[in-house]
Amino acid sequence: MTQATPEITSLPDLLAVAWRIEADAVERYQALAAQMETFNNAELAAVFRDLARAEGIHAEEIRRMAGDLDVAARAREIDPWRSGESPESADLAEAHYKMTPWHALQLALAGEQRALAFFDHILKTATDEAVRKMAAEFVEEENEHVDLVRRLLRRHREPSENWSEDPDAPVAQD
Amino acid sequence: MSTAEMRLACKPGDYKSDVQPVWCPGCGDYHVLMSFTRAFAALGLPPEKIAVISGIGCSSRIPAYTNCYGFHGVHGRSLALAAGLKVTRPDLTVVVASGDGDGYSIGGNHFLHACRRNIDMTYVVMDNRVYGMTKGQPSPTTEPDFDTALSPGGTGVRPFHPLVIALASGANFVARAFSGSPNETADILVEAIRHPGFSFIEILSPCVTFRPDEKEWKSMVRPAPVEATDDAARAARRLMTDDGFNIGVLYRGERRPFQPPFGRADADLTALETEFVL
Ligand SMILES: Cc1ncc(C[n+]2csc(CCOP(=O)(O)OP(=O)(O)O)c2C)c(N)n1
Ligand code: SF4
Ligand SMILES: [Mg+2]
Repeated sequence: MTQATPEITSLPDLLAVAWRIEADAVERYQALAAQMETFNNAELAAVFRDLARAEGIHAEEIRRMAGDLDVAARAREIDPWRSGESPESADLAEAHYKMTPWHALQLALAGEQRALAFFDHILKTATDEAVRKMAAEFVEEENEHVDLVRRLLRRHREPSENWSEDPDAPVAQD
Repeated sequence: MSTAEMRLACKPGDYKSDVQPVWCPGCGDYHVLMSFTRAFAALGLPPEKIAVISGIGCSSRIPAYTNCYGFHGVHGRSLALAAGLKVTRPDLTVVVASGDGDGYSIGGNHFLHACRRNIDMTYVVMDNRVYGMTKGQPSPTTEPDFDTALSPGGTGVRPFHPLVIALASGANFVARAFSGSPNETADILVEAIRHPGFSFIEILSPCVTFRPDEKEWKSMVRPAPVEATDDAARAARRLMTDDGFNIGVLYRGERRPFQPPFGRADADLTALETEFVL
């Protein structure tokens, strides 16, 4: 997955794209939770549902900040991910039916880091003062999220190398 | 609503059904589904104007996950079904989904003749170089040294080159995409659907369960180094040096699509029944 960097020149556009980043992340975590439910991995489904909830709260905060602006409609007009992917969305290709909460949090960490890089890029390249100010706030927030995921990760031990081995594998392939 | 307004109003989510996919987590087909829904939204087509037709295989489950018209058909016969549908309902956008087993083994002959016939539809083969659904047997695109309990020592058989076959058989649009780049794949789909005649897209879509090695494809694919051509001979020469990982549109042809003059979609049902009474 390549990361997209649309050019953002106004505060409403920044808010719309920021909202879209969070909304995309919610949708992706919900999809992963549903996959894990299908594969009877309830523990992991709960982790992905929690991550979706957290991103949903961020999306709602941005919507409130945007006031009367219809962030969803504006984001659709900008169509920010014409190429590449929404930065905070977990990579579906990294999922595995035997993955653990540690892996889920690694996906979350990578997403938060991509979002941080995205807003940092806007902060460094935007010429509009209001955009720069808001981008700086988003950078600060994303930094907090990165720290939070790192703290959560400390609660989980890194799984052993053979974590994906299945004693009841789909078929003998050796 | 104008087409432009329709396009703005359409969201990829509008094309998803309520059926939860049962693909293995990490399967490339999830991304292909995403590309389908993004492409349909970008085209601004109402779901009831699209028909997704498939055969059998993990990849062929895709129609159930969209809320367009769909037909999960018989193994290897998706193109035959789709051809029948398109000639009787030319107003529908017909997208055919298949796998390398469904489309190149049992359905191989249909592939050749669908390319020749050049009916206006889009054929997507999700190629994972394995029979995923039946648990890992080699397919026509599997490497000859794919050595597993199901193919000890490998098959030793030369793999099939789908793009060469499509081009040689007369497909009017030929492209390769990678599931892990869903937006780029959606763009190719949009172009393929808009292009008149038979469009063929091979989508490299890893099977993480029976071909975990295909996770590496992410670092192996690259944009094709040359622009698409409308010259079939030039496209053929490019394929001579193709290693299977060049992504993009290879060929845009100009053949006129085949559309027989008889459309029976509005035929009187009673008259039809009478015609078929033995
Ligand atoms: C007539 C018939 N023969 C054989 C099968 C068994 N079968 C089901 S799916 C499949 C191969 C699927 O491979 P592919 O098209 O590559 O799909 P994938 O599962 O890899 O996506 C086979 C041989 C069948 N369903 N019907
Ligand atoms: S078996 Fe392979 S192709 Fe089928 S759903 Fe699983 S990963 Fe995908
Ligand atoms: Mg296959």
